[in-house]
Amino acid sequence: MDFLPTIITVLDSTIRLSIPLLLACLAGLYSERSGIFDIGLEGKMLAGAFAAGSAAFVFGSAWIGLGMAILVAVALALVHGFASITHRGNQIVSGVAINFIAAGATIILGQAWFAQGGRTPQVSGPGRFNAVELPGAAALRDVPVLGTIYADLLSGHTILVYLAFLTVPVTWWVLYRTRFGLRLRAVGENPAAVDTAGISVPWLRYRAVICTGILSGAAGAYLALAMNAGFVKDMTAGRGYIALAALIFAKWRPVPAMFACLLFGFLDALSIRLQGTPLPLVGRVPVQFMQALPYILTVILLAGFIGKAIPPRAGGVPYVKER
Amino acid sequence: MSVPYAKLPRWVDYGLIPLINLVVAFAVAGLVVLLVGENPLSAAAIMIEGAFGRGQNIAYTLYYATSFIFTGLAVAVAFHGGLFNIGGEGQAYIGGLGVVLVVLNLDAVFPWYVNFPLAVVGAGLAGALWALIPAYLQAKRGSHIVITTIMFNFIAASLMVYLLVDVLKPLGQMAPQTRAFAEGGQLPKLNWIIELFGARIRSAPFNISFLLALAAAFGVWVLIWRTKLGYEIRTQGFSPKAARYAGIGEARIIIITMMISGALAGMMALNPVMGDQNRLQLDFVTGAGFVGIAVALMGRSHPAGIVPAAILFGVLYQGGAEIAFEMPAISRDMIVIIQGLVILFAGALEHMFRPPIQAFFASLGNPARSNGAAREGQA
Repeated sequence: MDFLPTIITVLDSTIRLSIPLLLACLAGLYSERSGIFDIGLEGKMLAGAFAAGSAAFVFGSAWIGLGMAILVAVALALVHGFASITHRGNQIVSGVAINFIAAGATIILGQAWFAQGGRTPQVSGPGRFNAVELPGAAALRDVPVLGTIYADLLSGHTILVYLAFLTVPVTWWVLYRTRFGLRLRAVGENPAAVDTAGISVPWLRYRAVICTGILSGAAGAYLALAMNAGFVKDMTAGRGYIALAALIFAKWRPVPAMFACLLFGFLDALSIRLQGTPLPLVGRVPVQFMQALPYILTVILLAGFIGKAIPPRAGGVPYVKER
Repeated sequence: MSVPYAKLPRWVDYGLIPLINLVVAFAVAGLVVLLVGENPLSAAAIMIEGAFGRGQNIAYTLYYATSFIFTGLAVAVAFHGGLFNIGGEGQAYIGGLGVVLVVLNLDAVFPWYVNFPLAVVGAGLAGALWALIPAYLQAKRGSHIVITTIMFNFIAASLMVYLLVDVLKPLGQMAPQTRAFAEGGQLPKLNWIIELFGARIRSAPFNISFLLALAAAFGVWVLIWRTKLGYEIRTQGFSPKAARYAGIGEARIIIITMMISGALAGMMALNPVMGDQNRLQLDFVTGAGFVGIAVALMGRSHPAGIVPAAILFGVLYQGGAEIAFEMPAISRDMIVIIQGLVILFAGALEHMFRPPIQAFFASLGNPARSNGAAREGQA
């Protein structure tokens, strides 16, 4: 077995599998940093994927699909905001509600509009995000090792992949180098202080959940239009929760979030690669164990056996202006 | 707060506001039906007919309701302790494992009335143990119970697939399920109760675990409102600080509450596994664990509210199946939307209609008194 191509294949699928996690994870970061827990990432992603799949099929354009995905996910994020900011409802309950509404509505509407058992029709050509060749990839392919890595691993992904990785430094910059970011972090730690400074807590938090909506919509569009060729029911398959786990793993910071998502993506890629092949020492590992591994790891992680994750202090607590 | 404070009469707090929330949830669901091009009113008529039209349908409605009473109680007990147990789905799934461990070994040995109590213990114990780990991690390591119970749902699903495919499936059988239970592993039906009222039932899975569910509902009421432990659970849920000050062991209460919750969720498995399918199948829970969240929120975490809420969701499940027959555009997934809307309006937005209602009741009452109450509320 040739070693380098195998590693490159696994790492290549690691990148592809970690992008939806990364976008969803950064989505959650904005909301949770502002003190609004968001367990509804899964639902927003799913609704976004459905909107992307339907719009891309109808209009034949992946970009319109992306736009619709963002629109729908922002709408759901605003529902979450309305419940948890304006009406000070329980944020977890609201997130659970959004997950169910999205899970049911995507199937019902998909069946009513396209009559294909809840999936949207296949899209192709400009309806999908297609692979982008980085400049010089073909020329450098023959350079040993580095050339292969450049041509086969870094080049040849869809534009959304590069945008997702670009979102990491952008998020870092927004969070730590802008006035908005400072206030966002402050409102997640001590909203009363932000309020005292004359800044509207609800408006700040609403802007945060809108950012969440945009990025989780993009995650959904990636699932439907880049990883697959259309929407399939329940296609998020728990990725929203894994993204949430990655966010906790990363202690609510953007750059570690990227590494956490890459790790979970790697586990996923590895489990696909290792299906059925016996491992040295342990023998054949059941597929189900590999599938459960990200969840098991998250539990171990959350238990604080690998560092301690401390959430934003005001997270999950509705802000009451005056009593 | 700017809204005048008025203590609402009990019937408003426990009757009117939940009713308004529910009506709004169903109105929005009606809009979805309208959006897919069907008439919501005739859909509702088909649903009611499908749930209550014949004795057969009533039996099915109550069969589904049985499962939801268990999971609803499970979520409610955790709510009282200030914990959100999203893991009912996984705990019920593992509860099925507890059932078959008893039944597969004893179904040819003992009659059902011996096996049933043992299976109740098995299901409860299995569910409780599955809830124990997240509870322990929350109590001792501070990891968030919501996230861990979600993770445990996924782990339970993987574990059960593995066990059914590789361990429990008899040789030479294709479908991933256990062997069929002998007579001693099958619960007697309760269909004769409905037949007493003159209806005729060909076959329906309505079985004796319904009575167990009602007993569990009563048991939860006694536990939460009539025992010292229940008082401690409620104190912990209402104010962890006060509980600590009163010397109530926080870790102990979290673990006990979650184990009771897990046991109740686990017992849900008795209904489909021993009462209907008579074997353990993949995905036999079919979302009942999640329905429990909606049921508990709708029933305001009180058994007297949970039982009717569970029956309402039984109506939705049974009637929803009939709608899927008559209106091909509406599949059973409609229930998932309704479930989400109920959770949204009865849970997250439960206070949305409170300020206007309070203002209304304040304006009704004696002006001087309600002003005094307003000042009190602001203090």
